[in-house]
Amino acid sequence: MADPMKIRAQIKGDVAEIRVLMSHPMETGQRKDSDGKIIPAHYIQTVTVALNGKNVVSGQTGGSVSRNPVFGFKVKGAKAGDKVAVTWKDNKGDSRTDEASIA
Amino acid sequence: MDMIRRTVLKGAGATGMLAGLLAAGVLKPTLAYAEDWNKAAFEAKDINEALKSLGAASAADHKDLVIKAPEIAENGSVVPVDVSSNIPNTTSIAILILKNPFPLSSQFEFSNGAMTDVSIRVKVADTSVIRAIAKADGKFYSTQKEVKVTVGGCGG
Amino acid sequence: MKKRIMAAALVSLCGVLGLSFATPSLAQKKDETIAGIEKYREMLGDDNPAELYEMRGEAAWKKPAGPNNVSLEKCDLGLGAGIVKGAYAQTPRYFEDAGRVMDIESRIAWCMMTVQGISEADMRKRPFGSADKPSLMEDLVTYVVTASKGFKIAPPNTHPQEKAAFELGQSIFHVRAGPYDFSCATCHGQDGKRIRLQELPNLTKAADNQRAYIGWPAYRVSTSQVHSMQWRINDCFRQQRLPEPKYMSESVNALITYMAVMATGAEYKGPALKR
Repeated sequence: MADPMKIRAQIKGDVAEIRVLMSHPMETGQRKDSDGKIIPAHYIQTVTVALNGKNVVSGQTGGSVSRNPVFGFKVKGAKAGDKVAVTWKDNKGDSRTDEASIA
Repeated sequence: MDMIRRTVLKGAGATGMLAGLLAAGVLKPTLAYAEDWNKAAFEAKDINEALKSLGAASAADHKDLVIKAPEIAENGSVVPVDVSSNIPNTTSIAILILKNPFPLSSQFEFSNGAMTDVSIRVKVADTSVIRAIAKADGKFYSTQKEVKVTVGGCGG
Repeated sequence: MKKRIMAAALVSLCGVLGLSFATPSLAQKKDETIAGIEKYREMLGDDNPAELYEMRGEAAWKKPAGPNNVSLEKCDLGLGAGIVKGAYAQTPRYFEDAGRVMDIESRIAWCMMTVQGISEADMRKRPFGSADKPSLMEDLVTYVVTASKGFKIAPPNTHPQEKAAFELGQSIFHVRAGPYDFSCATCHGQDGKRIRLQELPNLTKAADNQRAYIGWPAYRVSTSQVHSMQWRINDCFRQQRLPEPKYMSESVNALITYMAVMATGAEYKGPALKR
């Protein structure tokens, strides 16, 4: 099972700054292993962010996003205590959702 | 499995077959990911093809679309990029790395109070121009910045 | 196997402690490239995948395991059983129960053996992991060292054995050996040395040790994983073409003691994000 994400969500004024760190190999499908065999593609394809259950960001990603991806978003009109939920899905059908409260 | 998936995804009229496969347990339901992933754009091998797939072939330069990225990256496998758009009514931002084998790295749609500002880390295969595309009021705008990639000491 | 040799060949071009300096450090005039690289490091900021190791490590620390089926929460890292916060900053140190000077990794291993009842053979099986499969030790070490973030580096260096370890480490630092007749000091004994864009700290000086030590263990972008201090020293031996030291050997612990004592007083920053 995929490792949990690390979500940091801090309020500055009425803007929530959200930073997300994910554990994922983000394999492009272009690299070869030591035997010259292609390492199969394995990367996150969608990332969504919801604030109190309402979708705020819908992202799509390819294999050129760095390994162990880091994303930063900003959401207006948020306040401390609001719930941030982040979900990713990858090309192999794995997915993961984690939640954090805005501090 | 990959073969089957590809066939399924290619055939627009293959929903019946997909349902069949799902029922037969051949495909896990989670594999039906593609509905919100722009396969054509992400698998495009050059920038023009990618822009066309995004519908952004005629994007015009705009000064209120800003890329922040280092001029030199010590390691091309982790290049921090921040894109923000102050163009009114921006709804989405895409980030492309021109010299990568697949230029499109990511695309984000914003709603319900999300600011049109995203930061991300990307792989840059070689010294390359990074281009950001923003969609606002149905129109596409563009800006770009070059990032030099060094060997960075060792590379090992 | 082939991969390992390839990797060795690549790394051998730069047999050095890869310590990146976030702030201007050496007296030499910096060219534009160096300034650009510093900006790049600044932009990478605080988001460090080492935090993923820390999270896994904390869970592993608190989970009952081994033949005794107990967690490591009872482990005494030097500040008393169960105290993790700040413990790393006060290592290496002499441990009465073990009768020797241990760095943090040796101590965690000691607890795995004595508290959890894990055999030495099992504990030694896989100390260094890979990007795809980090080792349990790397997770645990990352958790424990991160709990010393903000603490001043303060190895006691008072017990006769601690002092002896420092001196042994200092002398090993200068011993030239191997087919290239290299010592640690060959790369890390003078100011202003650099391999390509990598500035090398002069580890005979306190100030450079302080800057270097506060960021290790570290997450390396080039290998996509956290490397422990034991790994770091091991790798220096390998790059000098010396036989690989035994995991947690006296000489490696002595070198770590030397650097920790030299770095005394610096504030530990937690695992850094490095090239």
